[in-house]
Order: sequence, then C-alpha cells, then structure tokens
Amino acid sequence: MSSTSADRPVPLGGLLLRWSCLSYLGVVVLFPLTAVVIRALSAGPVRLWKEIVNPFAWHAIRLSLTTALVMVAISVVTGTATAWVLARYEFPGKGFVNALVDLPFAVPTIVTGLMLVALFGPSSTLGVVLSGFGLPVIYEQSGIVLALLFVCYPFVVRSVQPVLENLDPAEEEAAATMGAGRWLIFRKVTLPALVPSIVSGAGLSFSRALGEFGSVVIVAGNRPLSTKTAPLYVYGEVEGFNVDGAMAVSLVLLTCSLISLVAASKLAERQG
Amino acid sequence: MDIVVRNLSKRYGNFQAIDDVSFSIPGGQLVALLGPSGSGKSTILRAIAGLETPDSGSIELVGEDATNLPTQRRGIGFVFQHFALFRHMTVRQNVAFGLEIQKLPKTEIKERVDELLDLVQLTAFAERFPLQLSGGQRQRVALARALAPKPRVLLLDEPFGALDSKVREELRLWLRRLHDESHVTSLFVTHDQQEAFEVCDQVVVLNKGKIEQAGPPQELYENPASPFVTEFLGQVNILRPETILGMDLDDEKPLPVPIPGSNSGTIYVRPHDLEICRTRGDLPGWPALIRRLTPLGWLARVELTLPDGTSVHVQITQATSRELGLESGQEVYVRPRDLKFFDHTTEESGVVNYVI
Repeated sequence: MSSTSADRPVPLGGLLLRWSCLSYLGVVVLFPLTAVVIRALSAGPVRLWKEIVNPFAWHAIRLSLTTALVMVAISVVTGTATAWVLARYEFPGKGFVNALVDLPFAVPTIVTGLMLVALFGPSSTLGVVLSGFGLPVIYEQSGIVLALLFVCYPFVVRSVQPVLENLDPAEEEAAATMGAGRWLIFRKVTLPALVPSIVSGAGLSFSRALGEFGSVVIVAGNRPLSTKTAPLYVYGEVEGFNVDGAMAVSLVLLTCSLISLVAASKLAERQG
Repeated sequence: MDIVVRNLSKRYGNFQAIDDVSFSIPGGQLVALLGPSGSGKSTILRAIAGLETPDSGSIELVGEDATNLPTQRRGIGFVFQHFALFRHMTVRQNVAFGLEIQKLPKTEIKERVDELLDLVQLTAFAERFPLQLSGGQRQRVALARALAPKPRVLLLDEPFGALDSKVREELRLWLRRLHDESHVTSLFVTHDQQEAFEVCDQVVVLNKGKIEQAGPPQELYENPASPFVTEFLGQVNILRPETILGMDLDDEKPLPVPIPGSNSGTIYVRPHDLEICRTRGDLPGWPALIRRLTPLGWLARVELTLPDGTSVHVQITQATSRELGLESGQEVYVRPRDLKFFDHTTEESGVVNYVI
C-alpha cells in the first residue's frame, strides 16, 4: 500500500520554485564564473603560464596569499576569543558590542581604507609615532593585513559564536568533576567542538581576503613588487589593456578561493 | 558519614531553590534525592559537586570540608542526565579522560579502562564514538567514565531521565547490582518515585527546596510525615472529614478507623487500602456506586462514587474482582483498611495511622 514519491503527481508550484531558484543561481553565479574561466583559458596554456610567472604578477599573487594567511592566523585567535566573550559573559553594552561585530560587513570597503589612512596615515599622530619607531603602516604590507583584518573580522566570530552558545555546558562540567583545570577543559573538550566552525570561518575569510580590493587600494599604495596585491594587479592590467594578464591572475585567484572554500567545508564536515 | 550537608541555602532572584537543607549520608549507601521539578534536588547535587555555589551552608565530603573546594579537587564522579560524553573521543578515550588527568602510567590506565569497560559490558564498543551508541550504552559509558578515577562519592543527576522506559528499568537494576559490587557512596537525583524505591537504600523527599522526610523507602511509603509525601509517593484518594462524618453509619458496627474530631483536616486512603464488599455483612463500610471498572492485567481499577458525590478509586486484583462479580453500576460497600489523617490546624502533622 505504500506509494513512492514517483507515484504522486509533482505539485506544479514546487517544480516552478525549484527550477526558478536553480536558474537564478545559474544566471547570477555560474554563468559569469564560467565566462571568465572560458575567456582565460582561450588564451592558451602557454600564454597563461607566462602571464602568471611574470615577476609582477607572481609577486602580487604571493602577496595576496601571504597577507590573507597572516590575517586568517590572527583572525582565528581574535575571532574565537571574541565569540567566547560574547557567548560566555554578560556585561553592560553587550548588545551594542554584538551589533558592532557586524559593522565591517556594512561599511563600504573603500571607506574602510580611508578610515585606516585617517588613523595611521603619515599625517596622523599615530602614523607619525609608528613611523618614528620604524613601523609605518600605511602604504606598507602591514597596512594590507590591517585592512583585511577589519574587513574579515565578522567571519570567524559569527561562525563560532552560535556553536559556542549551543554547546552543552555539561561536557565541560564533566571534565571539571574529573579534575581537569580550565585550560585543559578548553583544549581537550571545548576547542575540539569548535574546530569545525573555526575552520569554516577561516576558509570564508581567506577567500574573501584574497579578492579584497576597495580597502587595500587605498591603504596599500599600489606599489608594484611591494604592496600591489593580486586584485590591484588585475585592475591595473585591465586598465593597461592586458586582458590576458588580468584573466590569468583572476583564474589563479578564483582557483585559490574555491580550493579554500571546498577544503574548509570538507575539513569542517570531517571534524563535525 | 561520607556526605554531610549543613544548612544549605541557594536563591535565584526571587526563587528559593534550596532552603536550609541539612542531611548526611553514611559511607557505602545509595541514596535518592526525590522530588518534583523545581524542588531543588538537582541544585543540591550540583552544589555538592561544586558546580553551583550555595549562598550559605557547608558541605563535607568524607570528613573533609569541601564548601570552598573547587570542583576539580572534590574527588567526585558525576553522571549527567544527557550523558555529557566527549563526542570527539572514543568510548575508551572518554573512560580514560579522568585517569589521564591524574597522570597515571599508560599501562595502568589501559588496565583500569579495560576493567571498567568490562564492568559496564561495553568492551566490544571501546573504539566507537558516543554518537554511534544507543542512549542506554551512552549512559553506561558515562558511568564508567565517572567511576574510572575511583571517586570518593558518585553523584547522579536524573541519570535515566533521557532514556525510554524499558531501557530505564534495565539500567536501574543494573545500577543497583553495580553499586552492590562497588559500594561507592552514591547520591541519586530523580523525580520518579518508583526509580528511587527500586534503586536506593534511603530516600530524601524534597519539596520547595526543603526536606519533607527522609528514610528507607518502605518506611516513607507506610508512614508519610506530611500530606506532600503521602501524595507524592504513589496514588492516593483524598477525602474530607465531612465525607466520613456525614455518612450513615451503623452504630453497632462503626467504621474501624478513628473519626477525626477536626473538620479542617484531610484524609488520605491508598487505592489498595480499600476493600470492596458486595453486601454490608459483618463489617461496616461506606455505601458506594461503581462508576467504572477497568481491568489492568492482573489488577483492576474500580472507580466509585460515595453518597455525597466524592469519587474514590480502588485497586484490587483481577481475581478478586471476578470472585465478587463486580460490574459498573453496582451498589457495593467499601471499607478502608488503613488511612492517614493530617490536621491542617496544627503545624505538626497530626498523623493518625491506623492499621487493622
């Protein structure tokens, strides 16, 4: 007497919704992605390879990867700590702080760049002091990391916080009754439960950072072989009518982003 | 005395969770803290574990003042309602956790873990993760984990509350056997009267953060000290004194129970303490009408209405019911073998406990 789903007529509404959603995804996300890949590959592998290993492009790619990695390393620690404070402690103004975390998503990235220049720039007091110590920030690689830290700040916080809030405190209490101190409990009980969310937050912020343009273009100063990141390089090549160069580096950025996204979600899945 | 609690109090805002509670538990016993939700039983247990800080009072564990000791140094084992197993560790790693903290040699840890896995009959599941186990198996792992570091005291917080009834019954008996072998002083929190009675040597009944009564289970059942305990432990019929006083009794054959003088009390009669007769016969009884007769396997539940409209229910064996040829709609006589009377006017529970 059992009827399988195949026996039942498929409701038209559901079918329509499914198809329109999938088509939308295709038109908005998949088509442009495919277009850029096809355009890049049409230049031929030799030409592409030449464009990528050209010292200016290669430096820009490496710079983007390293600044993103440094940012991720810092964000993972600060983001987890922030999520911990928001999930575990009550303090006056917590609602405000919680809202503040999302601010970097709301601020236009070019404004972020200007904010950092205003704060650390050569004409600001802080900038002068830091330069005095031999640590100039603006128009340096450290400025790029700073901009990325700001822009990507919410990712780790927002992926770890809900997991931490839903964690059963009984596991930590059980560890305490068996004699485990707070640090040991964090390391052996809490942290392993957080790893999937930390990894997924890290993966998201890494892919986001690779492509960051607005804030970096203001902060970095756009100096080739020094502070020119991959997106700035792509922009420069487009402006200079070297479309193949722009496409080649774009392809590298795209590949790195996708790999980091997929790897993060696979890792998170395995850990969870 | 392995656990001594003195004048323990804890308040959450306006809610008095524990209200001046004192008790002590001798070594080797399995004692239940029994009460409805909100009676403070779990809070007391958590305070003993150091997971909750009491506002006042003291806690002594095995002769040592533990009131200000951190949880880590109390030497306790704790079993949680929802198991609280470390989900990213295997069964073996879970059980070994407490031993590794004590930094015991590896071979010794392995030996002790094997011993405990054998005790909870989960040797075959040592390399599984908690999510791959059934609820009953998980709670056995939790118990093995709590017992592994040889705690001075074992605390169990509604340990079977998240399991279905069949598994719960098996685990109760199993826990009792385990305790008979290990003799760890244990405190067991539950809201289930049957569970407390089946498993524990002593029962402490709590209500609104206070101890109502403490003692061996059967003692509590037979001699409840308050209306609350009477009502909480098993089913009971509640009657007003007028119901009995207003009854037309044969003067020569009075009801074999003392008729309470006060009108402000309450009479409690357990369903199995009522006897049903078809005729008035030699013994007196209350006339009653059978409203409904429900056979429940070997028992039968009879719902009756007394002349003043009060309804009572009686439990008799199915055999007796058949012998008497009971049917709904019949006029019968009921006779209490035992009843309890609590006088509301005096604070002291004026217990009349009459057994024929």
